[in-house]
Amino acid sequence: MINESLAATSDTLFSVAVGLYSLAVVAFCAELAFGGRTAPARELVAAGGGTVQRPVPAAAGGADDEPARARRWGMVAMALTALGALVQAGVLLTRGLATGRLPWGNMYEFGTAVVLVAVVVYLVLAVRTPALRHIGIFVLAPVVLSMVGIGLFLYASAGPLVAALRSAWLAVHVTTAILGFGIFFVSGIASVMYLVRSRYEAKVAAGEQPMSRIVHRLPGAAALDRTAHRTAVFGFPIWTFAVIAGAIWAESAWGRFWGWDPKETWAFIAWVVYAAYLHARTTAGWRGRPSAWINVVGLGVMVFNLLYVNMVSTGLHSYGGLN
Amino acid sequence: MTTTTERPAAAPVPPSRPSPRRAVTATLLRWWRSLTAMRTALVLLFLLAVAAVPGSLLPQRSLSQSQVTRYFSDHPDLAPVLDRFYLFDVFSSPWFAAIYLLLFISLIGCVVPRAIEHARAVFAAPPPAPRHLHRLPDHRSLDSGLDGAATLDVVEEELRVRRFRVVRREGRYGPELSAEKGFLKETGNVVFHLALLALLLGLAGGKLWGYEGSILVTEGDRFCNTFQQYDNYSAGALVDAGDMSPLCVTLDDFKAEYEENLTAASFTADIGYGLAGSASRNTTIGVNSPLRFDGDRVYVTGHGFSPVFSVTFPNGDSFTDISAPFLPAETQTMSSEGALKLPDVPGSDEQLALQGLFAPTGSVQGGVLTSVDPRPLDPQVAVFVYEGYLGLDSGLPQNVYSIDQTQIDRGNLTRIGEANLKVGESTTLADGTVITFSGVKQFAAMQVSHDPGQLWVLGSAIAILVGLLGMLLLRRERVFARTTAGPGGAGTVLDVGALTRGSADTAPRFTALTDDVAAALARRARTEENPRT
Ligand code: HEM
Repeated sequence: MINESLAATSDTLFSVAVGLYSLAVVAFCAELAFGGRTAPARELVAAGGGTVQRPVPAAAGGADDEPARARRWGMVAMALTALGALVQAGVLLTRGLATGRLPWGNMYEFGTAVVLVAVVVYLVLAVRTPALRHIGIFVLAPVVLSMVGIGLFLYASAGPLVAALRSAWLAVHVTTAILGFGIFFVSGIASVMYLVRSRYEAKVAAGEQPMSRIVHRLPGAAALDRTAHRTAVFGFPIWTFAVIAGAIWAESAWGRFWGWDPKETWAFIAWVVYAAYLHARTTAGWRGRPSAWINVVGLGVMVFNLLYVNMVSTGLHSYGGLN
Repeated sequence: MTTTTERPAAAPVPPSRPSPRRAVTATLLRWWRSLTAMRTALVLLFLLAVAAVPGSLLPQRSLSQSQVTRYFSDHPDLAPVLDRFYLFDVFSSPWFAAIYLLLFISLIGCVVPRAIEHARAVFAAPPPAPRHLHRLPDHRSLDSGLDGAATLDVVEEELRVRRFRVVRREGRYGPELSAEKGFLKETGNVVFHLALLALLLGLAGGKLWGYEGSILVTEGDRFCNTFQQYDNYSAGALVDAGDMSPLCVTLDDFKAEYEENLTAASFTADIGYGLAGSASRNTTIGVNSPLRFDGDRVYVTGHGFSPVFSVTFPNGDSFTDISAPFLPAETQTMSSEGALKLPDVPGSDEQLALQGLFAPTGSVQGGVLTSVDPRPLDPQVAVFVYEGYLGLDSGLPQNVYSIDQTQIDRGNLTRIGEANLKVGESTTLADGTVITFSGVKQFAAMQVSHDPGQLWVLGSAIAILVGLLGMLLLRRERVFARTTAGPGGAGTVLDVGALTRGSADTAPRFTALTDDVAAALARRARTEENPRT
């Protein structure tokens, strides 16, 4: 039995969450507009700290010289983001209650949950490392785009699960896949920001004066790289577990634990790409920009696996709810 | 390891002409070295991932033969070329196997020596301090008011509190200290990589000794685990058909349940099973819950309907309750297609066949039967009746679920009647043969799988995860310290350097350590100056 009024509430909350995130984007824009009136060239890029022989993250986007007005807007943006995340959690909660099952049984619900995880990961990072707040707009803008895309193209009305999905492994496999995906989402964005920021820092170091106020306010390249790596390190075992759990489920549902079904194949490819990223980070000659590119490719593979494999190719994983 | 140790320059060896055998050995050794470099393993792993891409973008025979056939008819020029490169059988192609094998060898070559080295290192003392401590990633110089030995005592104490293993040496460049902790990280690394190797082994073993057979079983029917009985099967190269377990399964009852909106809710099959010649037991299997028995697994992978017919011939002979599975053409409504072949018609040389459509809940509009519900609420069939030669003994394999179109094209089979029938209704052919649609049974698509590598692979996968967690979450830290006389011989200078593997953010920990050391040194120096306080 589907509780139609709860299902309708869920759909309403989805729109509210998109609205709140959009407002958060506006607030992040305001933060940028009011902050960073200082000329970028004034910034120290690599403060060679006396005894510690490693580049110190450039004074984290000038957090010190941040005007109060920018700061206030930043706080408003964070609050809106947190509120949006709460509402988005409500979307899944009401759907789960409406259908009496875990709310990730089709692509719409899966995508919504992944975006929620990404937002929560961002919030946690930004609370623990305030400088990371400044990548907010680059997280929230893709979040809003993803949500709009999910709402427009992946929407599936609340319904019961098909027989194959009625298993405890749905909770284990899909939940961990969502967690892994959400974490990789933030990791990939951090790597993109790193790629942008490190080029900027190279220019500044070369004596040029790139006048990008937005990039100027980003956290330093080293901090971004570290964030990307840390999140990937966190996400990789979770993803590994998700793949293993998927194989165990496949063994009881489809008669074999691994059959190179397109979804399985791309999950494996993503796993290899992230393993390569972790290796590259510790391999001379691959540190920095090359490894960041691998991380970006990893995110591309994850998104491809969600969209292309569910919508275009046919395989056993056709639970998208799209026909 | 990036510790820089200075070695005395080796005396130049006079070049000698290598013998041809040595040259070959040297070349082989070089190949082996480059094959077993970690970079090669990663490149091979990457290659494996890239090689998997066409396997997911092009239809694969292992997943769907019919899609491959469709691809061939859609791209008649391209498909044979792709086929020559095994692109419709990527995962069983020689080049995929080659990458897999090379990766396997490469992993052995790079992981086994590492594992041995690690086992030795666990019991060995931490290595001597490198000459240039200030070149380490973390480094700090402190002034100490104590003498060299007392200063290192303080450092040692701080490190032991932090659970380091500490060794003191009288080094070439002054008294020094080496400390180390976090062996579990390296253990995790070794476990991870060895488990990866084990997983590849298990996967390969399962493929070689495993098999899979599928069969459609109508309610009341029974099958046994032999390749002759399966509609389709695939078996690894080393499977001995004589060793297959003599498992037999009877399908007693099949149930499909649906939600109000006709979403499939559950499929369950009540089966009897047992080894041939021994007592049979009963159980219920279904989606997500196979039967596991004696190393074999029995699955329900699909279902459908077998319409039941009775045929009475003009001479009075009759077949009663004959049926054949009709394959679902559409899973939403279970509209199904199939054929019933009667090669032995009493009193006639001609063979007979029914071919057509089955609808569990039929609706006829303009003479065309469609199905409107997957449940058998109002079963109906629309059949064509053919007479002539079915070509069953022509030597060519033919689809059991349809009649051979070429026999129709050649005029060997002719249509002699057609009818839309509900349960209990009959149609009478021109020669007086009466065909009755007498009822419906369900069939289940069942699959028997055998994979001896499965548990091995599961164990390896768990070990991979455990090793991964150890490798990623733990840190291995080495701390070195050395004391030298201060400038002009006054006081002592303490150099501390650290090398950490596995954590991005080492500076704060190092700072905390050296701050503690500095504080302890100052405290100790004060107590030495006025021991009474
Ligand atoms: C040829 C063989 C290989 C060798 C010698 C090797 C060696 C290593 C070493 C030394 C590390 C530690 C890196 C560090 O912390 O500095 C490492 C980490 C790792 N290896 Fe390998 N590896 C090999 C192949 C592979 C393969 C085929 C995979 C497959 C996925 C893999 C996955 C990993 C992962 C995920 C890490 C964790 C990286 C991190 O610590 O951030 N390795 N490997």
